[in-house]
Amino acid sequence: MLELLRQPWHWSVAGLIIGLTVPTLLILGNKRFGISSSLRHVCAACFPANIPFFKYDWKKEIWNLFFVIGIFLGGLIAHLFLQNPEPVQVSESTSQILAGYGINDFSQLMPIEIFNWENLFTLKSLIFFVLGGFLVGFGTRYAGGCTSGHSIMGLSNLQLSSLIATISFLVGGFISANLLLPLIFKFL
Amino acid sequence: MKNTAIEELIDTDIRHSDTVCTNESALQHPWWYNFKYMIGGIVLGIVFVKAEIISWFRIQEMFHLTSFHMYGVIGTAVVVGLCAVQLIKKLNIKSIYGEKIMIPPNQFNKGQIYGGLIFGLGWAITGACPGPLFAQLGNGFGIISVTLLSAIAGTWVYGKFRNKLPH
Repeated sequence: MLELLRQPWHWSVAGLIIGLTVPTLLILGNKRFGISSSLRHVCAACFPANIPFFKYDWKKEIWNLFFVIGIFLGGLIAHLFLQNPEPVQVSESTSQILAGYGINDFSQLMPIEIFNWENLFTLKSLIFFVLGGFLVGFGTRYAGGCTSGHSIMGLSNLQLSSLIATISFLVGGFISANLLLPLIFKFL
Repeated sequence: MKNTAIEELIDTDIRHSDTVCTNESALQHPWWYNFKYMIGGIVLGIVFVKAEIISWFRIQEMFHLTSFHMYGVIGTAVVVGLCAVQLIKKLNIKSIYGEKIMIPPNQFNKGQIYGGLIFGLGWAITGACPGPLFAQLGNGFGIISVTLLSAIAGTWVYGKFRNKLPH
C-alpha cells in the first residue's frame, strides 16, 4: 500500500480530492476555498500600517491560516514518508527546452540548479524567488484570488469573473513560460 | 474589539474586497475548532506533492502544452466542485452546525484581468501558485521561504497602492 502511495498520483485522484475540498470547507463551517488570502491575513495581522485594505478583523479568517499551515504540514509528511525515489518524468520536448536553459537534474520535484540556498545572493534568486514571489502575491490579490479561489471555487460556482481571471492566469503563464523565461535564461 | 452593527458591516465589506475565500459563518467558536481546517490542509498538501502539482517541471509542461497532467487535475477539480456546489444549492444542504451555506457571487472588475496576467507571469517563474508554495516549503525546499516572504510583500504593496490602480 505504502509503495503505491509513494508513486506519483494520477491527475484524476488529485482532481477529485481537490474538488472535494470545496464542499468539505462549506459543510465544515461555511468557508469558501481559497489560499492566496492567507497572505493578506498575514499582512493584516503583522504589518497593517494603517492601510484601509488591511484594516479588518483578520481573526474572523484565522481558519485560512490553519488551513495553509496544514498544507505546509502535508508537504512535510509527504517529504518524510511518501517520497518517490524515482526522478520526475518530464516530457521529451519540455526536457529539451529545459536542457537549453542548463537544467538537467530531474531528481527532485524542483530543479535544484535553481532552487537551492547557494543561489540566494545571485541574479537567479532575485528573479526566481524575489520577483516571482512578488508577482504571485501582488497579482493574486489584484485579481482577487488565485487558482484555488477563482479557478476552482469560483468556477464551481459558475462565476463569470472567475472564468475571466482563470483565462488571464493562463495567458500570463503562457507568455511567461514561452517568451519571458527563454529571455531570462539567455541572460543568466 | 466590540463592534456595533455598522462597524461589523464595514469590516465584512473590507474582508470581502478582492477576496474569494471568506468565512461566511456568523458563529463564534473557540480557536481550536479551526484544527479541522488544518486537517483538510494536510490532506491537500499531500495531494499537491504526490500529484506533483508543486513541481516546477509540471508547470513548465503545462505552459508548453506538452503534458495533459495539470489540465487533468484542474479540470477534474472544477467538475467535482461544480457538481458538489450545485448539489448543496439544490438540496439546501446545511453546514454541520446547521447554518445555511452561503456562496455570495463575485463582482467583475478589471483587476481580474490585470492581476490575473501578473499572477500568471509569476506562476510560470516560481512554478507555483500560492497553495503549492506552502507545500514546497514543507517538502524540504527551504529556499521557498524567500519566495513566500516576497509574495507577502507583493500582497502588501498591492494593499498600499490599491486606490491608485485601475479596477
